[in-house]
Amino acid sequence: MELNNGEYTKVVDALQSRFPKSINDVGAPYEMLTLSVENADIKSIIKYLSEEEMGFTYLTDVCGMHYESTDELGVVYHIQNLYTNTRIRLKTRFPKSKPETDTVCDIFKSANWQERETFDFYGIIFKGHPDLRRILNMDEMDYFPMRKEYPLEDGTRTDKNDSMFGR
Amino acid sequence: MIESYKDKNVSEMNLNTINLGPTHPATHGIFQNVLTLDGEKILHAESTVGYIHRAFEKLAEHRPYNQITTITDRLNYCSAPINNFGWEMTAEKLLGVQTPKRVDYMRVIIMELARIADHVICNSILAVDCGALTGFTHIFQQREKIYEIYEGICGARLTTNIGRIGGFERDFDDATWKKIKDFVDEFPKAFKEYESLVNRNRIFMDRTIGTGPMSPEEALNYGFTGPNLRATGLDYDVRVMNPYSSYQDFDFSIPVGKQGDSFDRYMVRSAEMWNSISIIKQALEKMPDGPYHADVPEFYLPPKEDVYTKMEALIYHFKIVMGETKVPIGEVYHAVEGANGELGFYLVSDGGRQPYRLHFRRPCFITYQAYAKMIEGSVLSDAIITMSSLNIIAGELDA
Amino acid sequence: MGVNTKVNIVAAPEGHSDAGFFATSLDKAVGLARKNSIWPLPFATSCCGIEFMATMASNYDMARFGAERLSFSPRQADLLMVMGTISKKMGPIVKQVYLQMAEPRWVIAVGACASSGGIFDTYSVLQGIDKVVPVDVYVPGCPPRPEQIIDGLMRIQDLIGNESLRRRNSPEYKALLNSYGIK
Repeated sequence: MELNNGEYTKVVDALQSRFPKSINDVGAPYEMLTLSVENADIKSIIKYLSEEEMGFTYLTDVCGMHYESTDELGVVYHIQNLYTNTRIRLKTRFPKSKPETDTVCDIFKSANWQERETFDFYGIIFKGHPDLRRILNMDEMDYFPMRKEYPLEDGTRTDKNDSMFGR
Repeated sequence: MIESYKDKNVSEMNLNTINLGPTHPATHGIFQNVLTLDGEKILHAESTVGYIHRAFEKLAEHRPYNQITTITDRLNYCSAPINNFGWEMTAEKLLGVQTPKRVDYMRVIIMELARIADHVICNSILAVDCGALTGFTHIFQQREKIYEIYEGICGARLTTNIGRIGGFERDFDDATWKKIKDFVDEFPKAFKEYESLVNRNRIFMDRTIGTGPMSPEEALNYGFTGPNLRATGLDYDVRVMNPYSSYQDFDFSIPVGKQGDSFDRYMVRSAEMWNSISIIKQALEKMPDGPYHADVPEFYLPPKEDVYTKMEALIYHFKIVMGETKVPIGEVYHAVEGANGELGFYLVSDGGRQPYRLHFRRPCFITYQAYAKMIEGSVLSDAIITMSSLNIIAGELDA
Repeated sequence: MGVNTKVNIVAAPEGHSDAGFFATSLDKAVGLARKNSIWPLPFATSCCGIEFMATMASNYDMARFGAERLSFSPRQADLLMVMGTISKKMGPIVKQVYLQMAEPRWVIAVGACASSGGIFDTYSVLQGIDKVVPVDVYVPGCPPRPEQIIDGLMRIQDLIGNESLRRRNSPEYKALLNSYGIK
């Protein structure tokens, strides 16, 4: 795939040589390098990138995804190299029946609450997380609301008539 | 638990557990901290958030692109235009729309005004938490002037829903230009008065210097951005690293602090307000002529005369209002420099009228994780000052 | 600058007056005193809270109406001003704060979110605080302008001024509280 950014080529080459079987897909939509990686290796890849040699020492974002068509859940990481001003995106997927992945809390402290939020919304278990429990929703909630099968509205509310609002 | 307490016997301590929040006069928004104290010294803090979780991300999956601007208002509601423009720029990035220079400069003016509004709140409330109410009442008058400027553009004071995908709905009228020029002339005088009350005030300095210090390495690891990070000494500003909306045309410096304590955060915000005034002045001087919106007919409502006379305009109007326009499939991440740091929008589109996934990278949420660690070992009153100086806005914290 | 002599003072209630005395009914006198010295509890959660700050600031100045002393302790407050979205997680806390207030107490729901959930028709937002506490005045708006918030306060003042002294012991009021599960 044609990557016009020298930094991106360096990252892709380094990753493809160290983790040859883990990189499933390489792309650069809207000029941001996006790599889909195997779930088993995501933590080692992030650890490798966060070291001094590669320089991606800043975690920008962690968020969850629900891929409805294949019934998989996933996590998307955005990390940044502040020295060379490079941003990349790493994506990983796993089946909804076994939504587990490794935590990156020990590499980036900022992942702590973001992983809790992803767990709260999608039910993704981060193995090794020091305190994985709900953060934004009520503790008694028994479902994971951001999954596509659940509706936006609260079905038990009595003051709004759904037949009038075309839901 | 802090180091010096490792070998202490429980009987030597005067242990207390107190609940700070969720409703508390000093917390700016509703979040709870359960503190374990020995006398007045905080040994351990446990934060609970989510008391104003309004499910923005789920809501965004059920609204067409034009209606999501109203949701983004309510993220960091003290500087709503920055969130609005951040979302509009994300949508424009997805659609591949290039906004004309005039739009960019107008956006810069409004974003810098919003930054001033937000920093005024943070700095004046920090002084109020130290007991200084006068500065608050004086400087809040200037926010009313900013509100009047917003009203002339979009009709609303606080939750502005300003701008459209592609630009603005109309050019600023003469009264608004005059108000902006008057603001740029009058705000420095009022702000100088405020600074003379607070900046070198003995009591304020004693209360804020040394409270809640942060080292740059730890701040980076915790994901800090914005004034909180710049106070530790790192000059990372999204407007300079990844310029958007023609920020590269403007000449401004990035103020940094030394110790990362509350006084540094206050001074960085103060300096940023002076920078914002200078940016607005530059934008007013160099304002280019041109259209006030880009040519994106699928998202930008056509003028009413065309809707009533031309067929395509009528069809576009119908499709936009009913939310029936399609977007390209793809994923995009766009970040703007919000008042608290890097506000990011991760948008995944599947081609439909609503986003497939919209995630807000909220700086307050990521910053607040560090709060429990920052106050360990300090006394209760310092914990209040630290929280005030971090500028945690509950709307952005919980989303 | 001349002295402003056109100052509006609060009108005296109807009554009989003569040299040295003024007679009126007790509830009118008590209502007059109460409505001009409200101690509000600002329960500000989100955006409406910022508009409340603007209302308390010098431009709109809610203190002119007697609501100068904000009380953050419910035990000392008359008026619970709920401003902002109340989520389901926060609902029990609103109720707890309401229960701690002593009679007579009034509640004003400021903003669309407190009145009915506002634009947030979602799984986590309480669709109006009248699901947990009885509300006296609703102020619509998103956020309401400071003038609207002051108008809401003036409606509360009307309610307070005209309230009968026996209202809080009446069976209708007790039935209202019972419907919320408040003893």
